[in-house]
Amino acid sequence: MLNSAGKLIYGLYFLLGISIVNNAMAEVIHSERSLYRNILVEDKGDLRCLKFNVKSNKTRQSCLLKSQPQRLVFNYTKQLLTGLLVNPKPKRILIIGLGGGTMSNTLHQLLPDSYIDNVEIDESVIKVARQYFGFLENDQIKTYSQDGRVFVKRALLKKLQYDWIILDAFNGDYIPEHLMTKEYLEETKRLLSPQGILTANTFSSSKLYVYESATYKAVFGDYYQVSNPDNSNRIILARNNGLDENLYKEQAAIEQSESITKLAIKLLTIGVDAKQLYKNIKSTATHQDWPDDSPVLTDQFSPANLLNIDGD
Amino acid sequence: MQEPKKSINYNNLFIYFLAFTSGFSIMCIELLAGRILAPFFGSSVHIWGSIITVFMLSLALGYLFGGKLSTRSASLTRYGAIFIIAGLTLLPIVTSSTWLMESIFLSVEDSRYGSLLASTALFFIPTIILGMLSPYSVRLLVRNSNESGQVAGKLYFVSTLGSALGTIITSFYLVLWFDINTIVVSVSLLLSLLGFITIVVAKMNASLFKSKAQRDISHA
Repeated sequence: MLNSAGKLIYGLYFLLGISIVNNAMAEVIHSERSLYRNILVEDKGDLRCLKFNVKSNKTRQSCLLKSQPQRLVFNYTKQLLTGLLVNPKPKRILIIGLGGGTMSNTLHQLLPDSYIDNVEIDESVIKVARQYFGFLENDQIKTYSQDGRVFVKRALLKKLQYDWIILDAFNGDYIPEHLMTKEYLEETKRLLSPQGILTANTFSSSKLYVYESATYKAVFGDYYQVSNPDNSNRIILARNNGLDENLYKEQAAIEQSESITKLAIKLLTIGVDAKQLYKNIKSTATHQDWPDDSPVLTDQFSPANLLNIDGD
Repeated sequence: MQEPKKSINYNNLFIYFLAFTSGFSIMCIELLAGRILAPFFGSSVHIWGSIITVFMLSLALGYLFGGKLSTRSASLTRYGAIFIIAGLTLLPIVTSSTWLMESIFLSVEDSRYGSLLASTALFFIPTIILGMLSPYSVRLLVRNSNESGQVAGKLYFVSTLGSALGTIITSFYLVLWFDINTIVVSVSLLLSLLGFITIVVAKMNASLFKSKAQRDISHA
């Protein structure tokens, strides 16, 4: 009798335990195997995340707060907005690598008059972005399900130009090696308008860092690097017509401009501190953190995935 | 009775080694094909569809043609010539791939058919030639119908082993150490050199046979 009561109590504790763990744990609300990867949509309280290939801790994700979908959750997406400080009014924007479409949504909110083209190789990712992340498409925002390199080449043939190109096609697990070569960057550079800028989310924790940095420098000359205070992530910000000699003078000029002040206020509402972004900008002209003779990645030589294996 | 058997074994070993090299070369080139096409046609799943289709199709035809060719006066000299031709037909991948892919890219909008056309233009002929080597090797190795199955089995074993090694070595190391063009030129040179050596061996065999025959005649 006593024994069975004890069992009952244990049972109740067990159930209670499960429900507590469940509340704290993420709930998978959608999962599918696409042609290119496993796609997972997870809810954890207010946070909704898109994940690829869950088991790896390198996996890069796209997240939003369900209660405030316009707020940017991840540092690297905030860092990408540094582009706006350098080029505050991009009319035509190209985003290569869609994720949850949060970047496109945010930019549309900040720049309602701009045209945004999104390119994503994986049709399933586009569907998931529409269904679970409120990815918005209209006359100004278009999505193309295509390989990024092929899109860029076709866009060049059509003589298209963009004021801002955002490269974010890497999910951390697998790098499309043809999207990291000198030839590819030259093509994207030709797609930029004269005042155009390019921002790219890059790899900072493996041997690849040096190769990638050297490749960007070979194409764009000096560029800005935007790092987190803890250096865990780096954004490359390159300008089509090169950097001004004096970054601080330029920064001061930008800071005084009225449109930037307006922008800074707008950015604050989505959780981005423009002042902090300014602080983290460094020019490679003065802060180059890789050897000058580092090898460049080309279409002939681009073992990006092999170089990315040993993170240190 | 012992001596001729030994020399035959030595020759056979050489043929097995050549079959191994052709298997190695096929997969080395097939693996690089993905890298070669990517700048123009991307790395969508259908790119590999195009590449594998073209390689399978041309290997199939190569087996057919190689088998047919082996019925008419098969010789080590001809076998070596096939190696040299295979090496030569690989060279356009290095010299002409860029303008070829560029013009296909311009004329075919759909990257599925573009990549199919490009991989046909670049890899169809060399892979047919490389495929011809397998049945030709069987013809040179088989002495009687009783052992034909075993010879074919050994040959598949050796050439497929070569393919496995060609795949892993190329993807793990060669692309990390060399440019794509360097690897293709090296494979081309290797095949041509082996073809040349094969022809030299064939000539030596022939003169050896001749002198032996003369000796036999003088003994008689």
